[in-house]
Amino acid sequence: MPEHTFRVNGEQVTVTVDSDVRLLWVLRDILGVTGPKYGCGINVCKACTSHLNGRAFNPCAVPVRDLGPDDEITTIEGLAATAGADLHPMQQAWLDHDVVQCGYCQSGQIMAAVDLVRRVAAEGREITDADLDGIRNICRCGTYARIREAIRAAAASGG
Amino acid sequence: MTTSRRRFLGYVLAAPVLVAAASPGEAQAAELLDLNDIMTAAALPTSGLIAVEINADGTVSFALPRAEVGQGITTSTAMLIAEELAVPLHRVKVTLADARPELLFNQLTGASNTTISTYTPIRVAAAVARQRLLAAAATEFGSSDLRLADGVISTRDGRRIGIGELATKAASPRTLAVPVELTAKDDFTVIGRPHGRVDARDAVTGRKRFAMDVTVPGAKPAMVCRPPTINGKPGTVANLDQVRAMPGVTDVVTISTGVAVRADTFGQCIDAVRALRVTWKPGTVEGQSDATVLRELASAELPLGPRPITPYVEGRFTFHFRSNSALEPNCAIADVRDGRAEIWSALKSPIVARQSIAARLGLPVGAVTVHVTEGGGSFGRKLFFDAALEAAELSQRIGKAVKLMWHRADDSRQGRTHPMATSRVRIAYAGNLVLGFEQRHTSVTTDLGHGLGELFTAMAAKLPIGDKAFAQTFFQFSHTSPYDFGLHSRLLSETGKGFNTGSMRNVYSPDTTCARELVVDQVAARMGRDPYRFRHDLLRGDRSRAVLRAVAETGGWGRALPTGVAQGIAFHAEYKGVSACLVEIDCRPETVNRPIRDGVAGPRVTRAVFAVDVGLAVNPLGLEAQMMGCVMDGIALALTSSLHLRDGYFLEASWDNYFYTRQWNTPPDLRIIIMPSDSDQPGGAGELGVSAAMAAVACAYGRATGTMPTTFPINHGTLSFVPKPTVPPIPASPVDGLDHVR
Repeated sequence: MPEHTFRVNGEQVTVTVDSDVRLLWVLRDILGVTGPKYGCGINVCKACTSHLNGRAFNPCAVPVRDLGPDDEITTIEGLAATAGADLHPMQQAWLDHDVVQCGYCQSGQIMAAVDLVRRVAAEGREITDADLDGIRNICRCGTYARIREAIRAAAASGG
Repeated sequence: MTTSRRRFLGYVLAAPVLVAAASPGEAQAAELLDLNDIMTAAALPTSGLIAVEINADGTVSFALPRAEVGQGITTSTAMLIAEELAVPLHRVKVTLADARPELLFNQLTGASNTTISTYTPIRVAAAVARQRLLAAAATEFGSSDLRLADGVISTRDGRRIGIGELATKAASPRTLAVPVELTAKDDFTVIGRPHGRVDARDAVTGRKRFAMDVTVPGAKPAMVCRPPTINGKPGTVANLDQVRAMPGVTDVVTISTGVAVRADTFGQCIDAVRALRVTWKPGTVEGQSDATVLRELASAELPLGPRPITPYVEGRFTFHFRSNSALEPNCAIADVRDGRAEIWSALKSPIVARQSIAARLGLPVGAVTVHVTEGGGSFGRKLFFDAALEAAELSQRIGKAVKLMWHRADDSRQGRTHPMATSRVRIAYAGNLVLGFEQRHTSVTTDLGHGLGELFTAMAAKLPIGDKAFAQTFFQFSHTSPYDFGLHSRLLSETGKGFNTGSMRNVYSPDTTCARELVVDQVAARMGRDPYRFRHDLLRGDRSRAVLRAVAETGGWGRALPTGVAQGIAFHAEYKGVSACLVEIDCRPETVNRPIRDGVAGPRVTRAVFAVDVGLAVNPLGLEAQMMGCVMDGIALALTSSLHLRDGYFLEASWDNYFYTRQWNTPPDLRIIIMPSDSDQPGGAGELGVSAAMAAVACAYGRATGTMPTTFPINHGTLSFVPKPTVPPIPASPVDGLDHVR
C-alpha cells in the first residue's frame, strides 16, 4: 500500500493507506484526530471543515493522494497554536458567547468562521449579514444567532 | 419525606468517602396534572439511588442518570450541586451514568422533564453532603461556628480546611438518615444566574468525545448496506467474495437490517457498501407515498361533534413527515464476545436499550453493560437505540468489536421520522364570546416504545384518566387548554404501521398548536378583533398574558410594514411553562426568490421575539439557548423541512435535500426574553419553544400572503432537489474537495 506524507497540526505524518481514502477517515480512523466530525460525507454539512495551508476545506471530499509533504492540515485541535495561544480568538469568542449546544458541528463552525474572517479582512472590509448568511455549516441545535454574534466579536477584536 | 418546602430527609450512604443521597420518597399525593407530574412521580421512588460523592482532591462527582445531548443538563446539574455544597462550579464533575436498571423510571431523558424531576433530589443530596462536611469540620476544629464557601470550611479565627481533606472523615461506615434544609431561593448565588456550559471548552477545542470518538481496542468502523425501500430485508448477495477482498475490508455479513461491512476506515466501508450487489425483499410500506398516507389519515379521522347552531370557524391542516436526524448520525460501539456485551452510545433510555440488546443477543441482562456517551443532538432520535441494536448484533455475529455508524443517507431515509399528521380544529363563537373548541388530531402512529409506555403503565393506577390507550393518555396529558374557549374536546387517533417513527422535539404540540393558533386568528378576524388583543383577553393566568404582552411590546406588534411583510403572534403552554412568540416574515418575491446554491431560500423571518416563563430558570443562559434552537426548529417546520414519501421510500438523503433552517433562513433580529419569576420550582425547556415559534411563523405567513396556509411546511409541494439513487443506497464520496478552497 502506498505511503502518504503531509503535515497535521504542525507535525509531519506518514500514513500507509489506499490513495483514494478521503482525508477525513485518515484523520479520524488512522491518526485518531477526531475533532473534524462526520455529518454527511458529501461536502454539504461542513461538520468536518478544517484548514489546508490556512484555508478552509472539507476533508470528506479530498482523497489522501491529493496531499503532498508540504501541505499543512490544521484541524480544530491545532487551531489555537496558529494564534500562539491556549485558545484562538475565535474559540475565545465562542466561549464568551456560550455558542455551543451539543457541540458536534462546532469544530467545523469555528474553522469556517476563522476562514470567513480571514477572507473578509483580506478584502479590507467589515463582516456583513450577507457574509454570515453565506456560511453553509449546518447546526441542527440551531445556535445560529450566537454563531453570528461570536464571529462579529472575534472579527472586531482582530481574530 | 417533605417536612416543609425546604426541609427534606436525605442519606449519608455507607462508603469510604462521603457519599450523600436524597431520600427515596413515595410519590406524593399531589394531583398528577400533566405529563411531567407523571414522569416526576415515577422518578421519585428511586431518587435516593442517585448520589453526590466528595473526592479527596476537593472535587465533587455526580453520575447523572440522564443523557446530555446538547440541552445543557450537565451544566445545570453542576450548578445545583455547586449551590448547595458551596463549591466552585468547576470542581463539580458531572458524568453520564451507565444504564442502571435499579433506577427503573429514573433514567429516561424525555419530555423536557430532567430539571423538573431532578431539581430537588440532587440538591438534597448535596445539602446532606454539606451538613456532613460541616459536622466533620466541627469535630476537627472543636467549634461549630463555621463557614463553608468556595469548597473551604473556615472558623471565625481563620482556621481553614478544604472539603477534600474531610472526604474520608465525613464518610460513614453505615447508612444514616439525615434531615436537611435546602438553601432558600433568596440566598441563591449560583442557581438562576447565567453560566456558560461546563463542556464548552472541550467542544471548542475538539476534545469533547462523542460515541465515534471513543477508542475501544479492536473496534473498527462498520456500516450497513441498506434496502432501497423502508425496512426492506436483505436477500442474497451476489458478490460477497469480491467485496470481502476490497481494500481495508475485514468482514461482510448479512444481518437483520441489511448487509454489514467492517473495515479499517469508514471511507472503505462506504466504498464496500456501494459495491455490494444485494437482492432485497419488500419493505414495510411498499408502494406507499404522501398521497396514500394522506388518504389513510383522512379515513382514520374521528368526527367532530354535531355542527354548532352558532357561527363557527373550521380548519384542516396537514403536516408532512419530518426527519428527526441529529447531526451526529445513529451510531454505537459494541464489543460482544465470550458471552458478554459492552455498548457505548448516546442513549436517552439506556435501561430499555440494555434490556432490548440482551434480548436480541440472547444474553442475560446482567451480561450487558451500556455506557451513555455525550450525544451530538437528539431531537427525539436518541430515545431509540437502533444503531446500538445493530452494532451488538453485528459484533456478536463476527466476534469482533465494531464502531457502527449510519451513513447520512441511511439516517435520513431509514431513520426515524416525525409522523405525518392532520389536525382539524373547530371554534364556535357568538358575538364576542367563544363557546367551544374542538380538535381532532390524526397521525401516523408515533412509536413511543422507548420506556415512556412502560412508565405510564406502571403509573396507570394513579392517573385520573382510566383505561385509555397509551397514546391517547399521552396526548391528553401533554395538552392543556390555555384559552377560555368554553367547552373543549380534543381527541387523537393514530393509524398506519410500518414507518420508523418517533417524536421530534415534542410529540404532538407543534402541529396541534400551529393548527389551533391559525384558527384563533380566523376567529379574531371574524369578530373584527386584533389577534393579539383577542388572545390576551382570552388567555388564562397572569403568566400567560405576561409572555404574550412581552413579545407584543418588545416586537412592536402592529407596527407599519411594507406589503408582503407581516407579523404573527402565538402562544403555547406545556412542561409547567408558558411561552409566546412574535415574528415578522418577509414574503416579497425578491426575498422569496433570492438565489441560494443547493438550498431553499423562501420567505425570510426577519424578526423573532420569544418570551418564556418556565418558573425558576436554573441557568438563564442555557434556557435562552434552548429557546433559540426551538425558534429555528419552528421556522423549519413551518417553511422548509419535510420528507417526501414516494414508492415506499423517502426521497431525502442528506442535508442538501432536507432543508433544516440554515444561516440564510435565520432571523437577523432574534430576541429571547426570560421572564422574571417568583416560582421556586423549575419547568422544562428543551422542547417548549418549538410550538409557539412554528405557529407564529404560520400565522405571519398567512397574514403576509393573505391566505391561511394549510399544508406544512409551506414549500412541501415543490421538490427543491434531484433525489439521489436508492441503489447503491449511499452516495459516492466526492473527490473535488480542493477545487472549492477559496
